[in-house]
Amino acid sequence: MSLAAQSLSALRKQLTSGEITSRDIIQDALDQVAARDGEIKAFISCDAEAALAAADTSDLSLPLGGLPIGIKDNINVIGQPCTCASKFLDAAYTAPYDATAITNLKAAGAIPFGRANLDEFAMGSSTENSALQITQNPAAPGHIPGGSSGGSAAAVAGKLVPAALGSDTGGSIRQPASHCGVVGLKPSYGRVSRFGLVAFGSSLDQIGPLTQTVEDAALLLNAIAGPDPRDSTCLQTGVPDYTEGLDSGVAGLKLGLPKEYFTDGIAPLVRERVEKAAKDLESQGAEIVDISLPHTEYAIATYYIIAPAEASSNLSRFDGIRYGNRTENPEDILSLYQKSREEGFGNEVKRRIILGTYVLSSGYYDAYYRRAQKVRTLIRQDFEKAFEQVDAILTPVAPEPAPKIGEAAGDPLKHYLADIFTLSANLAGNCGISVPLAPANGLPVGLQILGPHLGEETILKVARAAEG
Amino acid sequence: MPEPTLDVRYVAKLARIDLNDEEIEKFQSQLGGIMEHIAKLSEVDIEGIEATSHATNVSNCVRPDTPVESLGTEAFLQNAPDQAQGMLKVPKVVDA
Repeated sequence: MSLAAQSLSALRKQLTSGEITSRDIIQDALDQVAARDGEIKAFISCDAEAALAAADTSDLSLPLGGLPIGIKDNINVIGQPCTCASKFLDAAYTAPYDATAITNLKAAGAIPFGRANLDEFAMGSSTENSALQITQNPAAPGHIPGGSSGGSAAAVAGKLVPAALGSDTGGSIRQPASHCGVVGLKPSYGRVSRFGLVAFGSSLDQIGPLTQTVEDAALLLNAIAGPDPRDSTCLQTGVPDYTEGLDSGVAGLKLGLPKEYFTDGIAPLVRERVEKAAKDLESQGAEIVDISLPHTEYAIATYYIIAPAEASSNLSRFDGIRYGNRTENPEDILSLYQKSREEGFGNEVKRRIILGTYVLSSGYYDAYYRRAQKVRTLIRQDFEKAFEQVDAILTPVAPEPAPKIGEAAGDPLKHYLADIFTLSANLAGNCGISVPLAPANGLPVGLQILGPHLGEETILKVARAAEG
Repeated sequence: MPEPTLDVRYVAKLARIDLNDEEIEKFQSQLGGIMEHIAKLSEVDIEGIEATSHATNVSNCVRPDTPVESLGTEAFLQNAPDQAQGMLKVPKVVDA
C-alpha cells in the first residue's frame, strides 16, 4: 500500500520506528497527486516545495510529527493561496497569516498539504459550485463527492493524502465524508477556533477532520481543538485526549433513533444500512431508544434564513478594496463594489447573499430572521430534551447516496432539502460524526452519530464501535 | 409572516451586486421557490420563545488587554488590488 493511502496512526508507527521518513510520505503524496489528481481534481493547488521543506525539519516526537494533512481552500495557511474556490480570490490572494487550527496543527508537528477544492465559499453540498474545478468522487467516479468539503473528502478517499481538514456549516464535513466513504467529524460549536477560516455562517461554522479511521479523527481533533484569544466564541474548556477510551465499547450506552429522520424521503437502502448499524450496536450492548425531535421539519427553513443572513454580512468584506478582485476602470466607488462582486462571485454565492440581505432588510427582519432565531431555540431544545434520554443519536447522513455530477444542477432548493439530517447539529451547536457503512449498490453510505454539546468523546466511541 | 415580495433587482442593489436581466429573472424564480419553503416557519408557535443568536451560552468574553505584535503594513497590503504610499488606493469618494 502506498504511504499516502495509510492511516495517520499507521504512518506514525513507521515514522517513530525509523522505517520511513516524513519526506518519504510527502514525496509519495506528491506522486499520487501527480499521477491521479488530474482525474479526481481534489486539490486546487499544491505547494510541493513548502511541503518537502516542512518534512525535512519536522519533529517526529510530536503527536502528528511529519504527517501531511490536506487543507480545505478556505482555511488560511501563511504563504499559501486561499481561493475559497472563488474567482474573487483566485490568483489574487496569498494568506498573510495562519488560521489558529493551522497554528495548532503545526505545533503538533503536522504539515499542511495542498489546497482542497470546495463549493465556492463553502456554499453547497456537491462541490459543483466551485468556480475553479469539478471534483470526482473517487469511490464512485461520475458521482459528486458531496460538499462543501468535497475536495478534502475526495483527497482522503482517493488516497492522495492520509487525512484532511474541512469546515462544516450545515453538514459540509459529514455529508462529503458519507458520500466518499471516509470518516468526517464536525466538532461542537466553540471546540475549534474559527480564526483564519473564511467566515460563511459565523454562528454555525466549525473546522473538523476528514480521515480514514475514527482513531485518526480523534488524533486530529486533539491537535486542532482548544481555546483561542483570537476567537471569543472558542470555548475555554480544556481538551481531553480524544484517543483515550475510544475502544471502551458501547455497552450500557443509550442510542436514540429519531422518528422524524426515518421518513419516506430516504432511500430504502440507506435506511436499511442505518437500521442494521443500530442493530449491530445493540448487539454490542447499547440500548436503542425511539426518540422524537419534533421541530425537524422546520430545520431547513430556519437554516436557509440564518446561514444566508450571516453570509450576506460576512461576504460584505469582499468589496474589491483591500484584497481580491477589483473591476477595471470603475466609474465610481459604487460601481467598483457592484462590478467587482458581480465578476467575482458565482451564482450560488450571489443567490445566498441576496436571500440573506432580504431577510435582514428593514421590514422583513422580524418576520424572517428573528422568527428563524426563535425556531432555532426550539430546535436546540428538542436536542436538549433528547440528550436527557439518550447518550447519542443515530441517523442517516444524507437521504440518498451521492447523485451523479450535474443531476441537481439549476435546482438549488433540491440541494437544500437534502441537507435535512445534518444541519440541525449546526443550528444546535452539537457535535456529529459520519462513519462509513457497507456501500449500497456500490455507492458509499454513512452513519451519522450526533452528540450533545462537547459530547465528542461519546460519539467517537460509538463511531469506533460502528466502524467495526 | 408577510407574503414573499423579494424583488431581486432591488435587493441586489442593497447587496452591491450588479446583475444583468437574465440573472435577475433566473434568481427571481429560484428564490421564489426557496421563499415558499421558508414560509413554512409561519406555522410555528414562537410565543414567549427567546431568540438564539449563538449556539453556546457564552457572553462577554474578555482577555487581558496586553499589546501583542500585529501584522505589519506590508503584510496587510500584499493582497491589495491598488496601493500608494503604504495605503490602499481607491477611486474618488468625495467631491471637492
